[in-house]
Amino acid sequence: MTLSICRALLALLLFVAPGLLQAQSSDAPVQKLLQAHAEVIQKSSRKTIGPAIDALAQSGLPEAQTVLEQWQAKDMWFNRDTGLFVFASKADGGLRVFDISDGAEIGVVDKKNYKQLKPNSGIRGLIASALVQFQLNDPDPLNRSAALTAIERDAEPSHLSALRGAIAGEQDPDLRARKNRLERLLTIRFDDDAAARLAAIDSFAGDLGVDVRATLNPLVTSEIKVSDTVPDGAVTIKAGSDELTQKQAYDLLVENGLAPALVDDGTIKETLISNIDGDRVAGVQVASLDEDAARQAAYQLLADQGLAAPLVTQDDIAEAVQQYKFYRVYTSAPLPVALAAQAVLDNIETQVALNQTADLVLDALSLASIYFLAAIGLAITFGVMGVINMAHGEFIMMGAYTGYVVQLFIPDLTLSIIVAIPCAFLVTFGAGVLLERLVIRWLYHRPLETLLATFGVSIALQQLAKNIFGTQARPLTAPAWLDGSMVLNDIVSISYIRIAIFVLALLFLALFLIVMNRTRLGLEVRAVTQNPRMASSMGINPDRINMLTFGFGSGIAGIAGVAIGLYAKVTSEMGSDYIVQSFMTVVVGGVGNIWGTLLGATMVGTLQKGIEWFNPSNTLAAQTYMILFIILFIQFRPRGIIALKGRAAEA
Amino acid sequence: MVDMTSTASPMRKPFVLRYPSVAIFLIILALFTATITVLGEGFGIGLISTSFVKTLGKTLCLCLAALAMDLVWGYTGILSLGHMAFFGIGGYAIGMWLMYARTEIIVIESLASSALPPTAQEISDGIATQIFGVVGASEFPPIWAVAHSLPLQLAAVVLVPGLLALVFGWLAFRSRVTGVYLSILTQAMTLALSLYLFQNDSGLRGNNGLSGLQNLPGLDSVPQSTVSILFFWASALALGLGYLVCAWMVSGKFGSVIRAIRDDESRVRFLGYSVEAYKLFIFTFTAVICGIAGALYYPQAGIINPAEIAPIASIYLAVWVAIGGRGRLYGAVIGAAFVSLLSTWFTGGQAPDISLGFYTIQWVDWWTILLGLSFVAVTLFAPRGIGGLIDKFAERRAPDRHGADLGPDLGSLREKEADE
Amino acid sequence: MSTLLEVSGVSVTFDGFKAINNLTFQIGPAEMRAVIGPNGAGKTTFMDIITGKTKPDDGHVLWGDKSVSLLSMSESQIAQAGIGRKFQRPTVFEDQSVRENLMLALRNKRGPLAVLRFRAGQSDHQKVADLAEEIGLQNALNRKAGELSHGQKQWLEIGMLLAQDPQLLLVDEPAAGMTPAEREHTTDILVAAAKTRAVVVVEHDMEFVRRLNCKVTVLHEGSVLAEGSLDHVTNNDKVIEVYLGR
Repeated sequence: MTLSICRALLALLLFVAPGLLQAQSSDAPVQKLLQAHAEVIQKSSRKTIGPAIDALAQSGLPEAQTVLEQWQAKDMWFNRDTGLFVFASKADGGLRVFDISDGAEIGVVDKKNYKQLKPNSGIRGLIASALVQFQLNDPDPLNRSAALTAIERDAEPSHLSALRGAIAGEQDPDLRARKNRLERLLTIRFDDDAAARLAAIDSFAGDLGVDVRATLNPLVTSEIKVSDTVPDGAVTIKAGSDELTQKQAYDLLVENGLAPALVDDGTIKETLISNIDGDRVAGVQVASLDEDAARQAAYQLLADQGLAAPLVTQDDIAEAVQQYKFYRVYTSAPLPVALAAQAVLDNIETQVALNQTADLVLDALSLASIYFLAAIGLAITFGVMGVINMAHGEFIMMGAYTGYVVQLFIPDLTLSIIVAIPCAFLVTFGAGVLLERLVIRWLYHRPLETLLATFGVSIALQQLAKNIFGTQARPLTAPAWLDGSMVLNDIVSISYIRIAIFVLALLFLALFLIVMNRTRLGLEVRAVTQNPRMASSMGINPDRINMLTFGFGSGIAGIAGVAIGLYAKVTSEMGSDYIVQSFMTVVVGGVGNIWGTLLGATMVGTLQKGIEWFNPSNTLAAQTYMILFIILFIQFRPRGIIALKGRAAEA
Repeated sequence: MVDMTSTASPMRKPFVLRYPSVAIFLIILALFTATITVLGEGFGIGLISTSFVKTLGKTLCLCLAALAMDLVWGYTGILSLGHMAFFGIGGYAIGMWLMYARTEIIVIESLASSALPPTAQEISDGIATQIFGVVGASEFPPIWAVAHSLPLQLAAVVLVPGLLALVFGWLAFRSRVTGVYLSILTQAMTLALSLYLFQNDSGLRGNNGLSGLQNLPGLDSVPQSTVSILFFWASALALGLGYLVCAWMVSGKFGSVIRAIRDDESRVRFLGYSVEAYKLFIFTFTAVICGIAGALYYPQAGIINPAEIAPIASIYLAVWVAIGGRGRLYGAVIGAAFVSLLSTWFTGGQAPDISLGFYTIQWVDWWTILLGLSFVAVTLFAPRGIGGLIDKFAERRAPDRHGADLGPDLGSLREKEADE
Repeated sequence: MSTLLEVSGVSVTFDGFKAINNLTFQIGPAEMRAVIGPNGAGKTTFMDIITGKTKPDDGHVLWGDKSVSLLSMSESQIAQAGIGRKFQRPTVFEDQSVRENLMLALRNKRGPLAVLRFRAGQSDHQKVADLAEEIGLQNALNRKAGELSHGQKQWLEIGMLLAQDPQLLLVDEPAAGMTPAEREHTTDILVAAAKTRAVVVVEHDMEFVRRLNCKVTVLHEGSVLAEGSLDHVTNNDKVIEVYLGR
C-alpha cells in the first residue's frame, strides 16, 4: 500500500512538476473520489453531504485526512471550469493553489476562476467527527487525546469501528484505558449486537463516572402507554398505583382519545358564562351560582340539554380505566438492554449514595473546620477566661479586611497572604488588647455587662467598617495554587482552599495546645484563671496575663478572618454571621476545653451539612433546624459534650 | 418605681396613690396624648404631621416592649435577647389578618364584575394568589388557617408569643441555663426564627414580609391622619395599662421575690420558692406584653419583614433599657423613647452634618457608631442610666451600703462571683 | 424514737474524689445535733445533699413520718417540705429591706400566682415584728439588708430561717463573726428552736458546741467517725487522731 502510494506520488511529481501552470492531475484517487461527489460537495448542505464525507473518511486514502482538514478550514476551492478541487490560499491579489493529492504548489492564479467551498458549521461538525478516526491513530498522543475528548463530547456510530481499530495499536497505557472505556460506552450506545451491549453494560456495574450514567440513562427512558392488550416487551402497570395514579391513567386515556375529557371547574364556569341568557343559565338564576355544587347542577342541566359535554364522574373514570391495559415500554432500547441498564444504574445509584455520603462527610469536616477556626479565639477568651466577647465576630471581620488591604499593596497573591496572616494577627491583637484595657477590664465577673458592652463595640465596629469599606463585598483572593479542587472521583471532590482551612484549623489546635500546655504564658494563664489571688501572690501579674490572653484570642480570630475571607466574601457583616454559631460551638463542646470546641465544631458542622442534605435547596432552613437542635441539645446537656464525657468516665 | 422598698405600713390607700411615680407617669402620658391629639392632623390643628404622629405612636409601643424587657431583665435578671422576636410575632399575627381582610375586600370587588358570582373557593384562591404571588405560591399555608378571623388572630397575638416563650422558657429554665448562656440561647432562638421567616416557604412571604398594614380593612374612607391618632391612643392606652400592671406586679411580694431571684437565685430556692416557675411566669408574661406591643406597632409601621426579628433588634431593646436605667420601670420607658426618637432623628438625615474640615461627619453613617460607643460608656460609667440621673435629681440617692454592691445595676454580679 | 430525717448509705463523688462515703445519719423530730469535723470532712456536702443541691450517687434520704424520699425533690420542694438552711456566709437579699427579707421567708404560699395576689395581712406584719424583735432588728425593719453589719446579717438570716418555720433547721457555723454576747443569744435561739423541731448545727467552735449541750456527730472523710455526747467523742481515740494528727 505504502509502496503504491509512493509510486503514485512519484508519477504525479513527474507529471506536474515541470512548472506546468494550471496543469493538475485529475485522476489522482482522491480527486476522483471528490469528483464523484462533486455535486453535493459544491452544494454544501448538511443534509446531503453525509455520503461524501463518509466516502472520503472510509476511502483509506492517505490524503483523505489532509483534504478533510483543509475543507473544514475553508481552504478548499474548486475550479469553475474544470470542476477540479484544489487547496488554495489568497496571495498577491490572486490565489495560490495547491494540488490536493500531494500538496504541491501549482501556482498563483486568478481568483475569478475559482470558488471557495464554505462548509457551514453543521458540515464542519460532520467533517470533524469524520476526522476523528484519523486523529485516533495520530502519532502525537496529544492529538489522540484530543480526538478521544471529541468523541466523548459528541459520539457518532461511525466512531465505534474507528475506535475499535485504534485500540490494538495504542502504546500509551492511559490512552489505551481511555479508548477501552470509550469503546465500551460506544458499544452500549451504538452496537447492534444485543449481547455485546449487555456485556458492556454489565462491565460498568458500580462505576461512578458521570459518562456512564449519561450513557445508560437514555436507554431506560420509557413511556407509559395504554391499549387493549399489552404487547410483547412491555411491562404491565396497574392503574391506581404510585407509578400511575387513577387520575394520571385517565388523563392518558383522554390524551389517546379513548375517553371523554374531564370537565373541570374552569370549563364549567366558561360554559355557564357562554350560556347565560338574561339572568339565567339553563333556567337557573345566575345570582345563585356562587357555589361549586350549584354550578355543577346548572352545568348538568346544560349537558342534559345537549349544550355541553357531559360531566365525567368518579365512577366513569374508574370504569374507563378498568377497560384498558396500561404498560411501560422502553423507547430507546430493547427490553433486555433497558432492564440491564436499569439494574446497573440502580447499582451505581447505591455506589453514588455511598460516595455522596463520603463527600458529605468531607463537606461537613470542612464546615466544621471553619466553625472551629471562628470559635477557637472564643475558646480562649470565653472558654479559658470566661469573658464573653460579642465583638469577636468583628475581630474576624477585621482580620479579613486586613487581608484585603494587604492585597491592595502587595499584588503577589501568595506573598500577600503570607504577609496578611501576621498583619491580621497584629491588628486584632492590638484591638483585643485595647478592648480589654478600655472596657473588659472594668467588667470582669460581670458577664452580662461584658456581653452588653461588647455588643456596643460590635455595633460600632460593624458600622465603622461599613463607613470605611462600603457595603459591598470586598474580594480576598486566594493564590492560584489554592484554586481548584482535589478530585477523588466524579462525586467526591474537595477544594484545596477547604483543605487549607482544615490544615489551618489543625495548626491552630496544635498552637493552642502548645501555648497553653507548654509555655510559661499558658501556665500563667491557667494559674490566673483558676485562682487570680494565688497567682498574683506568686508574682504573676494577672492584669498583664488577662490582657495578653485576650489579645491572643483576638489575634487568632484575626487569622481566622483571613482564612474565612478567602473562602467567603469579606463584608462588614461577616462577623455577625459567625458569632452565634461560634458561641454555640464553644458551649456545645463544653466551655473551657479545646477538645470540646473541636467536637462542638464537628457536631455543628456535621449537623448543618446533614440537614442540608435532607433539604439541599434550602440552607436557611438547615441553619434554622441546626440552631433549634443546638438549643435542645444545650437544654439537655448544659455543660456540653466534654463535660458530659468527663463525668460519665468518672462515674 | 422609685422606691419600692417603702411598703412599710399596711395602709390600704389606692395603689396609684401609694406609688406617686406611677401617678406621675400616667399623668404625663395622658397630657402627652392630649397634646399630640390637639396638635395632630386627625382631630386637632394639624401642627404635626401624620407620619410624626405615627412615629410617636410606634415609640409608645417600643416603650411598652422596653417595659417588658425591664421586667424580665432589670427585675428578674434574665437578659433575654429574644423579646423583639415576640414583638415581631405579635406584629405578624395582626398583620396576617390585616392583609387577609384587606385583600379579601379587593378580591371580592374585582370578582363582583365577573359573569358568575364567585364561589368561596374562588375568593380564597384569589386572595392567596394576591398575597403569595410574590413568593410564587398560590395556596394558603396552614398557618393562615384562621387569618380570616379577627378575634382568632387577636388571640394569636397573645397566644403564639406566650406559647413560644412558655415552651422555650420551660426547656431553658428547667435545665438551669442561666446568665450569658441563657442570653446566647435566646439570641439563637431569635436567629432561628428570623432565618426561618426569611425562607419563601415559611408561609409568611419570606423576606417580603407583610405589607400594606397601615390600611385598615373596610376603613378606606377614614383618612390616615385619623387612623394614626386612633392607633396613637391605643398605644398610649396599652402603655398606660402595661405600666400599671407592671408597677403593681413589682410593688408587692412578687416583686420582692423576682428581685431576690435576680440577686441570688439559689438562696431563693432554699426559701422554698420555685425559681423556675417564677422565671417562666415572667418570661411568658413579658413575651405576651411584647406580642401586644408588636401588634400595635406594625399597623403603624405599615410593613413587617423578618429583618425586624433579627437578633440585633432585641439587642437594641436591651440597649434602650440599659440607657434608660434598669430596675426602674420609668427608666425603661425613658430609655426606649429617648434612644429610638434620637435614632429616628439621626438616621432620618435630619441631624446636621458636622464638618471637620478634612472630613464631614454624616450622621446617617456615624450615628450607629455613636450609639454603640455611648452604650459602652453607659455600661462602664453610668450603669444606672438616665434613671440614675433622675434619682439624683430627686435626691433619692441610694443609701451608702456596706454590703456587696448588688442590685439592678450590677444585675449579674453575685457575691460569690465577686469573690472568686 | 421516731425519726424525722434518715440518711442511709449515701455516697457522692466529685471528679473521682469521694466527698461523702456511705454516710448514715438520723435525727428525731425535736432534737438538737451538732456536727463537727475537720476541713473537707464533707459537712457542707452533707447539707447540700439534704437540701437537694447535690444529688448523691447512692443511698437514701427519707423525710418525715411518711418517709418520703428527698432525692427526687427539687431544692424548693425540699424547703417547702420543712427543711430550712442557713449558709455559712450570710446570704440575705442586700438590695431589699429587712422587712422584705423576712416577708419573703415567712411561711406562706410559694406559687407565683399566689404570691402575685398576696398582700401582707395583720398577722403577717405581727409575725415579722416579733421575729425582728427576737433577732434584735426591730429598729432596722426599713433599712436595706445591705446596710447591715456582718453580725446583723447573720441575725437576719437566722430570723429568715425561723420565719420559714421549718421542721428541720440546718445551720452552718451560725456564730462565726459574732461577739460573745451575740453567741449566747444565738445559742438561746437555737436551743429554744430545738424544743419544737430538729436542729442540726455545723460548728468548729468547741465552746459553742459545748454550750449547745447536745449529741455530737463527728464526720471524717465523708463518713461518721463517732457519735455521742461531746465528752464521749472528744475521748474517742480515732477522733483525737483525726483532729490532732498522728
